[in-house]
Amino acid sequence: MEFFLLQLFIFLIAAAIAVPIAKRLGLGSVLGYLIAGIIIGPFGFSLIGDVEQVMHFTEFGVVMMLFLVGLELKPSMLWKMRTPIVGMGGIQVILSSIIIGGIALIFLPWQQALAVGVILSLSSTAIILQTLKEKGLMNTPSGRSIFSVLLFQDLAVIPILALLPLLATLTISETTHSEAAFFDIASLPGYLQIIVTLLAVFIVFFLGKFGSRPIFRAIAKTKVREIFVAAALALVVGISLLMTAVGLSPALGTFLAGVVLADSEYRHELESDIEPFKGLLLGIFFISVGASLNFLLISEKIILIVAITAVLILFKWIVLISTAFIFKMKKNERSIFAISLAQGGEFAFVLFQLTRTDGVLPNSIIEPLISAVAISMFLAPLLFNLHEKANTRKNYEEQVSDEPDEIEMRKHKVILAGFGRLGTDIGRFLIASGVKPVILDNDAANVEVLRKYGFKVYYGDITRLDLLEAAGANEAELLIVTMGDIEISRKLITLAKKHYPNLKIIVNASDRLSVYKLMDIGVDKIRRESFGSALELGRDALKTLGVDPYGAYRMMRIFRKHDEAMMPELYKQFREDEKEGYISLYQRQMLYLEELIQLDINMGFDDVDKAWTAKSPQK
Amino acid sequence: MNKVLINFAHPAKSHSKINNALRKSAEQLDGVTFNDLYASYPDFMIDIKREQKLCEEHDVIIFQYPLYWYSTPSIMKEWLDLVLEHGWAYGSSGNALENKLFILAITAGGDDSSYKRDGFNYFSIKEITSPYCAMTKLCKMQWMPPFTVLGMHRGLPEEQIILHAEDYRRTIIALRDGALDIEKAKESKYLNSDLDAVIGRFE
Repeated sequence: MEFFLLQLFIFLIAAAIAVPIAKRLGLGSVLGYLIAGIIIGPFGFSLIGDVEQVMHFTEFGVVMMLFLVGLELKPSMLWKMRTPIVGMGGIQVILSSIIIGGIALIFLPWQQALAVGVILSLSSTAIILQTLKEKGLMNTPSGRSIFSVLLFQDLAVIPILALLPLLATLTISETTHSEAAFFDIASLPGYLQIIVTLLAVFIVFFLGKFGSRPIFRAIAKTKVREIFVAAALALVVGISLLMTAVGLSPALGTFLAGVVLADSEYRHELESDIEPFKGLLLGIFFISVGASLNFLLISEKIILIVAITAVLILFKWIVLISTAFIFKMKKNERSIFAISLAQGGEFAFVLFQLTRTDGVLPNSIIEPLISAVAISMFLAPLLFNLHEKANTRKNYEEQVSDEPDEIEMRKHKVILAGFGRLGTDIGRFLIASGVKPVILDNDAANVEVLRKYGFKVYYGDITRLDLLEAAGANEAELLIVTMGDIEISRKLITLAKKHYPNLKIIVNASDRLSVYKLMDIGVDKIRRESFGSALELGRDALKTLGVDPYGAYRMMRIFRKHDEAMMPELYKQFREDEKEGYISLYQRQMLYLEELIQLDINMGFDDVDKAWTAKSPQK
Repeated sequence: MNKVLINFAHPAKSHSKINNALRKSAEQLDGVTFNDLYASYPDFMIDIKREQKLCEEHDVIIFQYPLYWYSTPSIMKEWLDLVLEHGWAYGSSGNALENKLFILAITAGGDDSSYKRDGFNYFSIKEITSPYCAMTKLCKMQWMPPFTVLGMHRGLPEEQIILHAEDYRRTIIALRDGALDIEKAKESKYLNSDLDAVIGRFE
């Protein structure tokens, strides 16, 4: 136990030190983790033990990441992307396999060359997606193309897994067949295997589509937060187990589950619950990749490994840039597409391991190849940064504003917090105006009803930073706060102002005192929730009493202006009186009301009277 | 019998004795629709469909308003901008207003003598209303000289106001009953310059 904690401590402290430094140097978190890995690894301070074990365990971070990616992709979106997935992905994997395999054929028999080719055709989902997210490029056209290719690669792992044993030419050293924990599908006859596999996929689908909602609702009702976290984790882990049992990629399974749940109102809650686990696991995974770099071997065969790395990156890049040309990508998209995917991936570690146990490739070939893959992964974020430096920031912004049609895919620009009576009407109005806000509400029952009517409403505690993050606060332009409880509003606004200084905020306040409390924290766009209807009723009253409708309308507008103009002065006075502190709040409110009415009476409607009373210019 | 639409544009009715008098004299008449624009659209959100339908249902369209800065109150400009759509009011397929009579009923502060070259306002009422004359032609309507009540700044005596209101009523009734000699009226300076000359005795 102590040893485990010590190891954990070393990993965490290394990450905590290296990542901020790397970020400050503009290198991104992935490089930070990799460097941390090298430092604590066997060729640095040698602080950690079984790196491979750790790497294997933390690969689960990739599974979680794909779950999260799935959550952000609706089925309809995925269907729209079918051409880039199959087209770009297919061309990239097949061409890369052929070319890399062809080069390997010069040195190796064809079975081995083929294995090397297909394995090296895959790129690093973990590094690329993490980097894209950090740079905010996920929802750009190039980001989507990159993602399509990665998705196809994940799919391709399944046939590759099936292909590799067929290529065995060596005598198998030991049979460490990856044994299933509770069920071995290989013991079933072929047709049953297919049925069981399909069944597993259907289970995931139906669970996500129909089972999840009542379960999550029941859990949300308990209002015990960690149970929701536990359920979310159980979902991901369970699906991974199921997929592994039937011989499918767990990453793919959870991705599917994510896609199915993308429409669910619990999407943001799930996202914010899984996110920290994914982040931590991936971080440690990257550290272990750094630590697994075998510098002894690298220094021994430095020329060979450098050559392999260079060839790997170069030829993948050539294939990618050709793919980009085939699919007529724009100039700036092409270069980022090619540079992003030109490296080996973490699947290579797993698959090379398999080739060893299956007797496809000898150790002497695997080791330099794994080193080359690790180096290329290490170089990937660096290349990305270099590319970014070479291209101006402007390029990305142009890219982002390129496609007005695909708003669905992109982050919503408005977050509507609170969906009570007031929030409902604002939401209706915005939706009618073509703005689709992300709606957050902490009342699960409320959320349920509203979703029935087609609103995009998500359940969660509004004042939690991670939920805001998941709702897209980073990219949102505007936060609308409509809750009735002033303290919750204040908490949310303080949080949002601190973490998203660029987010514009407009707020509803229930009464004058709430307005002051909001002015305390520097909000300037405040509406009093009943003031608008009070004025409208007042206008109706005047009209009913026979005042000319246009006159009544102008009086209403003038009164509103008068009221708003008094606000800063009254606020100042309120806070000053408070300092004196000698009369109660209730007494003061009475005083203010009196003062207010006095001001109103003195105001008069001069503007109404003066308007349109033309005088003869001659007088 | 013609149907007459009076689109009334006055933002401060309580200040205008003459416009109230004109209004009272005409709004209750059979076959006359009185449409108070400022009352219907205090926030200027003009219901285009409703206004177009009103125009289609009437044969004579009158705009009654005070002359502000040699032009109309702002809502009337808004009305023209929004309601007179291409393809409805003008353009090759815009024939909704074809052959309808378009008449302005203007009240203004200055005397008749001020609306000429050596007068205070330099331009004549005919010149000042020429944009609406052009609009009428583009919309294939018939332009008539405006019904004009001048000299408001002098302060019209009560009897004068009553006389003008009676003239307004007579004019509208004649327009409604087809008793107005349109060709003759087109020749006069103002529609109400000499009502006896343009309104036939055959009613």
